[in-house]
Amino acid sequence: MSESAVPGFPKHLLDFRDWSRSQIESLLETAQMMQEVLARPVKKVPALTGFTVATVFFEPSTRTRISFELAARRMSADVVSFAGAVSSTSKGETYRDTLRTLDQMGIDAYILRTDAAGVPHQAHGWLKKPVINAGDGWRAHPTQALLDAFTLRERLGSLEGKKIAIVGDILHSRVARSNAELLPMLGARVVACGPATLLPAQLPGATLTTSLKEALQEADAVMALRLQKERMDKGLLPSLPEYIAAYQITQERLGWARPEAPLLHPGPMNRDVELEGTLADSPRSLVERQVANGQAVRMAVLYHVLVGKRN
Amino acid sequence: MTFKSKLLNEDEVRRALTRIAHEVIEKNKGTDNLCFVGIHTRGISLAKRLVDLVEKFEGKRVPMGILDITLYRDDLTEIGLQPRVRETRIPFDLNGKAVVLVDDVLYTGRTARAALDALIDQGRPNRIYLAVLVDRGHRELPIRADFVGKNLPTSKNEVVKVKTQEDDGEDAVELWEMEES
Repeated sequence: MSESAVPGFPKHLLDFRDWSRSQIESLLETAQMMQEVLARPVKKVPALTGFTVATVFFEPSTRTRISFELAARRMSADVVSFAGAVSSTSKGETYRDTLRTLDQMGIDAYILRTDAAGVPHQAHGWLKKPVINAGDGWRAHPTQALLDAFTLRERLGSLEGKKIAIVGDILHSRVARSNAELLPMLGARVVACGPATLLPAQLPGATLTTSLKEALQEADAVMALRLQKERMDKGLLPSLPEYIAAYQITQERLGWARPEAPLLHPGPMNRDVELEGTLADSPRSLVERQVANGQAVRMAVLYHVLVGKRN
Repeated sequence: MTFKSKLLNEDEVRRALTRIAHEVIEKNKGTDNLCFVGIHTRGISLAKRLVDLVEKFEGKRVPMGILDITLYRDDLTEIGLQPRVRETRIPFDLNGKAVVLVDDVLYTGRTARAALDALIDQGRPNRIYLAVLVDRGHRELPIRADFVGKNLPTSKNEVVKVKTQEDDGEDAVELWEMEES
């Protein structure tokens, strides 16, 4: 059974620092093949038989966890899940203890979500096996960016030279950070836009603007981010109506972008806040496609992180 | 790897495929429910030829699919390399069909085993046949081919290379020898 093999992939998926463009492209190509599996009546292949994957979520998330767990099961891996909130006094200790305990039980890969940034990076020092970052604080959410890239390529073809606008609470968004890291690797130009209080001082990989018109002008795709209402309590936003007045993506404002420019949102959505009315259900919206593609992309991530790396 | 000899030339490959096409039609008593599924990479090119030949002899084009067995390999927990996952596309209903699985070389039988699992996951054919251009022996599983272009006894340090016009620019079967390690 000798046939073309892809060159070694990084052991972990923490962010994209260790990944090359060609590795990302191979992974997205694998995800394409996984879509065929998901289109079958029986959506299951034996590829990861004998592997055990743990989802370890220190921050609540239903969608991402279910997407990962289904991805693992569709490839015949065994899945265990740990979900727990951590008291803020002894966070470091608790993360480490929990993971070291699981490490003694023969886990082959960890899918890790934490509210604190950088924990997955620390974790790979505590663990012998691969770590997949499923979101750490505001820092990174690489599989979300991969599924966004996959969805964008599905609609736009190559991302070379394409302008992608990301709109909303950029400051607190790991989705924005990971997309700003990944999309330029695939040739795209990222413009991040939001009110000044919700923009970071800088965002590597993206240019920043407070002008929605400037962000959307000639954009090939528009990604709206979830606005977390608790931000208002901290005084970062004067009021919801003001945000909506200046930054809601409306049918009319979408006219600034290229005709047919698709609309993305990582979910969960606040209807009538980030997006106007029924825009999320319009043919331009790729929101449901993103969810469906998430599973195929995560199957591809598990394949590349696990296969050939048992020991 | 060093080249040892050419086992089949272009004409011999064509004759072998022509004979296989006739045998398939004879065994299936025509083209009813017949279909071909080629295994990556060269099995796909060979399956296309067989579909063309069947059409030429019987005047009917039978459906064809392509199959990648990577996700069905039995060594994914062991190997050091990551095999590329390639396209699987079976654009017709397998239920009730007589499927001819096509591969270039039959060797250990592990590819055929994986292909059977991959196929059965997608439907319930009435019958699955295996057609190969070369059977080189050294089976590790209880698997045999129904249609064989050429039986070639080989030693384990030899490599049988099937070349096709589509993939390699010429039709040929060659014998190579692996370097002593």
